[in-house]
Amino acid sequence: MATMKNEIDFLLHLADNALIIGHRNSEWCGHGPILEQDIAITNIALDYIGQARNFYQHAAELINQHPIGIDITQSGKDIVLPATEDSLAYLRDVREFKNLLITEIPNGDWAHTTLRLFLLSEFELQLFTQLLQHTDAQVAAIAEKSIKELSYHVKWSQDWVLRLGDGTEESKQRMQAAIEAIWAYTGELFIQPEYATAACLNYAAIQTAWNKKVTAVFEEAGLHIPSKTFVQKGGADGMHTEHLGYILAEMQYLQRAYPNSEW
Amino acid sequence: MSFQINKLYYGDYGESKNGAADISTNQTNTAEWPLWEVFIRSKQGLDHKHAGSLHAADAAMAIENARDVYTRRMEGVSIWVVESKYIHASNPDEAGSLYDPANDKAYRHPTFYHLPEEVKYM
Repeated sequence: MATMKNEIDFLLHLADNALIIGHRNSEWCGHGPILEQDIAITNIALDYIGQARNFYQHAAELINQHPIGIDITQSGKDIVLPATEDSLAYLRDVREFKNLLITEIPNGDWAHTTLRLFLLSEFELQLFTQLLQHTDAQVAAIAEKSIKELSYHVKWSQDWVLRLGDGTEESKQRMQAAIEAIWAYTGELFIQPEYATAACLNYAAIQTAWNKKVTAVFEEAGLHIPSKTFVQKGGADGMHTEHLGYILAEMQYLQRAYPNSEW
Repeated sequence: MSFQINKLYYGDYGESKNGAADISTNQTNTAEWPLWEVFIRSKQGLDHKHAGSLHAADAAMAIENARDVYTRRMEGVSIWVVESKYIHASNPDEAGSLYDPANDKAYRHPTFYHLPEEVKYM
């Protein structure tokens, strides 16, 4: 049963990551710097919402199969049963969300947005490649589908890091400022959550591959990694920045004010 | 006596002055990205067909933008892009002299041959 709780928590962790970064990217919809890039980032947001749905659906399935003894919330309340993808996304509170902090920090300018996506999607690409070996075939299948999307997210965001880093004086300065602002949130990527107990996971290997890739791209773009190494962490265990509450307030308002409403 | 010679490009027609096509062709407005024409080959098709146009800073970005703008609904398996300024178009004012002479030359259609009995499925 402990193993099942761990798997459910890990699925929620992956789903919450996808939902929150998807929401952040969707905030650009209608505000992109140019029509074509507006469509590009909205497509990426939709990819993430799709991943979130897959993980929530699978988590809900497992929760409903094993409801006894499963207390998946940080705050001690039991989850609303039967669980659905919607109840998991719309009816859990801030402390129950397990997304990484890097997904919830505000978009900032285009440099911040594309850099965050590059750092996160490269991490996820490595993580999901390991998940292909997961003993739960459904998790492996979701990972396989997501990898195709993530590969494009990495390519697209990496292009922007290179373009801005190796662009004009202002674009370089903005991309470097984005690195200074976001770097403290990258340490959390490689802290293996307690519930991430699947045998296929090796966070040290992810970090090695990620470091190699990020260093190479920064070098090509003429950017540098900050020397200070303070790590912001806690998101995977439900300890969030003040920003997540605002996201959930906007995202969950309708379902909480008008339960089960549809349109 | 002086003549002004206007070189016409695809997309020039119907565009306001300094519209998208002008930006693409005259290279004076550096704040705007040039215009690109996108050609998509579908799963069934053998040829790339014109899908539309978009703005991008260079060819690599044009292909990525084309992927995001024109293949969202599984339209294609291959993308070509070409900067609009490299496409030369016929002048619509000359349509009469260019195309009308073909009107009364029906004998150019391959419909006057007698097909042998043995040839089927033509």
